[in-house]
Parts: sequence; structure tokens; C-alpha cells
Amino acid sequence: MKTLLVAFILCLFCSAIVSTTAVTLRPKQEYNKDIDMKKNVLKASGEAFSESDDIKTVFNNMITSVYIDMDSGSVVSELSKDDKKIEVAIPDELDRGGLSTRKKYTQIYLKKDSSGSIQNIILPISSKGLWSTMLGFVALESDAKTVKGFSYYSHGETPGLGGEVDNPKWKAQWIGKKVFDENGNPKIDVTKNNTGSVHEVDALSGATITGDGVESSMLYWLSDHGYGKFLDKVKEGVL
Amino acid sequence: MKVKELLFDPILKNNPIALQILGVCSALAVTVRLDQVLIMCLALTFVCALSSFFVSVIRNHIPSSIRIIVQMTIIASMVILVNEFLKAYAYDVSKSMAVYVGLIITNCIVMGRTEGFAMKNSPFASLLDGIGNGIGYSFVLIVVGIFRELLGSGKLLGYTILPLVRDGGWYPSNGLMILPPSAFFIIGLIIWVIRTYYPDQMEESN
Repeated sequence: MKTLLVAFILCLFCSAIVSTTAVTLRPKQEYNKDIDMKKNVLKASGEAFSESDDIKTVFNNMITSVYIDMDSGSVVSELSKDDKKIEVAIPDELDRGGLSTRKKYTQIYLKKDSSGSIQNIILPISSKGLWSTMLGFVALESDAKTVKGFSYYSHGETPGLGGEVDNPKWKAQWIGKKVFDENGNPKIDVTKNNTGSVHEVDALSGATITGDGVESSMLYWLSDHGYGKFLDKVKEGVL
Repeated sequence: MKVKELLFDPILKNNPIALQILGVCSALAVTVRLDQVLIMCLALTFVCALSSFFVSVIRNHIPSSIRIIVQMTIIASMVILVNEFLKAYAYDVSKSMAVYVGLIITNCIVMGRTEGFAMKNSPFASLLDGIGNGIGYSFVLIVVGIFRELLGSGKLLGYTILPLVRDGGWYPSNGLMILPPSAFFIIGLIIWVIRTYYPDQMEESN
């Protein structure tokens, strides 16, 4: 009897402590997450900011977010909460990133200048690396072909090897690369024999699989099953 | 037992990692960067001290048939507290440490101290014992962390000390130090040094 009583009181006590802490700290944690995401959008778009800046203000001044329908490539304005959760299976032969599903409607970010014309398109990308699913952003110039910036914000790759995907020096290499060939097909190569072409990026030493993951995330997300249709519209000047 | 013994014996004379060989897993996992080491040390010391304290407070009421799970519940609650606080107040570090804070639950040092010490001693002594073992653990982790970050990435706490060749400096980084097994070598060397000074820690050979 005493055993049950002790167990009951202990559980009650511990759960009270844990749940109180979790509930009290939740807003602060959500805020951190949100700020972290905004920082990464800004980083990808090559926007300089300092830690002391009010990230929210900086972000809201420059960046607008829109949802796009991945199948048609058009911007959608009204979406219900459930719509945002719809997942679409990626056919095996297209699934270069090992993701198996993607959202039907994806939130992307646009950086506009003061006159309201679009400067950068910032697209969330993801793929499997060696250990983890890597999440990041790629920012394209308004021509929808040239990389403006590149940033991974969440990955679990080996620190010092694959983990170097978030090394600023490596990310800087991506700036100015062209991600489509002359026929409009996605083309980018993470390679150890870099010939200096606009489609090639130096691989990270000791991180072949991570590098392949980065390459396939670009190739998948820029293909027609990814953002391809949307980017075609941008190239035609529809946006 | 004296306060001083409880607090400082676990550093060299009865080190949880070097003598008891407990908690080695996290010593491998989080020591690649010194900032992660420091957070891990604080987190473990906090969990170890408070779990020992609470277990000791209720030690006379814990039925021995469920004592392990009672200790586990207390430890797990403490770990969740730490994890939630890190996510709220040290978001970047907590992100880079991923699951390892949560894995303090399985760290044998914490369980070892609650079961081995706190079940038989007063709350105050248990609190000090928890802090002491946290310090002993921290000592080893910090030494390992300093070597691994310095030799592996040429930095300490993110500040460049040895400029790497790939960044235009002169120091070719040691790839082994970046990988977890290198901690085995460093811990081995630490144990060697400690046992040279305290020969009674050596196991008898067969």
C-alpha cells in the first residue's frame, strides 16, 4: 500500500514541476525558434545584421512570406490550417533527397526593395545527409537562376567534417553560381574536381555523403517537382 | 564526512570517469567544442546535485522494491527542467547539443550517486556529493574538450588560437580529434597521469 502511495505522490509532484516549467517557458522557446528561422532567412539572402539588431523589425521591413502551390507554381493567398499540413508523396525516381514526402503548399520568402519589386527569392530546401535531414534556405536573384546566398540552419552532420556545411567560407562559394543549364534543367555539382564552371562548387573534404546530400537537395528542390514550376513563372515575369 | 572531502575528492582521488569509469559516453559525444562541454558540465552538475538531494530527502520513505524507478523519475524530471531552460535561454547551444542533454538521464554517474550515496546519507551531504561528482566529471570533460577543440579545429571557445591551413594559417588540423574516439585516447592519458600520482588506484594484475 505504501509503495503505491509513494509512487503516486512522487509522480504527481514530478509531473507538476515538469509541466509547469514546460508551459511557462513555451512562449520563450517558440520565440527563439521563430527568431532563429528569421535569422537564417536573412543570412541566406545575404543581408547583414548584428546580434544586437531587433531581428523581427529587420525581417519585417525587408521580407514578405507567401505560400505557393507546388503543383501549379502559383502563389495562393487563402489557406486554411489543414491545407498547410497536406503532404504529397515524392515519386521514388524523383526523390533525390531521400525525403519521401513534401508539403503541397510551401511557405517561401521574398525580399523586396523599397519600390516593391522583388530582389531575392528565398526557398526552404532539405535533404538527407549522412546522419540527418539537413534543413536550409537558398536565396536566388530576381532572375531565378543565380544563387544569392545559401544557409543551413539545422543538421546533425559530423562536426568538423560534414558539419562544415554551415561554415561561412564554404557557403560563400555558392554566391553567384548558376543553378540551371541553358535548357532550364537544374544543374549544380558539388565536386572535388572543380573546373571553375558556374555550375560547380568545391566539395567538403571528408564529407562526400553530406556534399552529395547538398547537391541532391538543390537538384530536387529546383526540379519541376520542387520549385521548378514556380521559378518558371518568375522567369516569365508573372510574379 | 567533511565538506571539503565531499566536494573535492571526486576530482582526483575518486573521479567518476577516471576511477569509476562512469559517464564515458557523454565524454565522447559532447567534447568536440568547449562551449558545449561547459554547458554539459553545468547541466550534469545541476542534475546530479539536485537528484541526490531530493532522493536523500525522501530516502526513508522509498520502498526498496521501487527505489530505482523512484530515483529515475526524479532524475528524469531534473533533466527535463534543464533541457527546457536551455531551449528558452541558450537556444543556440541547446540546438547544437541536440539529444545529448536529454541523455543525461542515462548517465551512470547520476544514478550511481543517488543509489550509492544519497540513499544512505543526509540531504546536505548528498547535495555536496552530487556537486563534487559534477566537478569531477567537469574536470575530465574540460581537459578533453580543450585538447579536442584546440587540436581538431585550432580554436578555443570559438576563438582561433592555431590558424588552420585551410583558412590560410599554418596549422594542419588533426582530423582524429574531431571524431569521438579521440576522447578515448585523451581519457586514457588522463587516467595514466592520475594513477601515476595515486598508485593505489591501479587495479591489481592477475
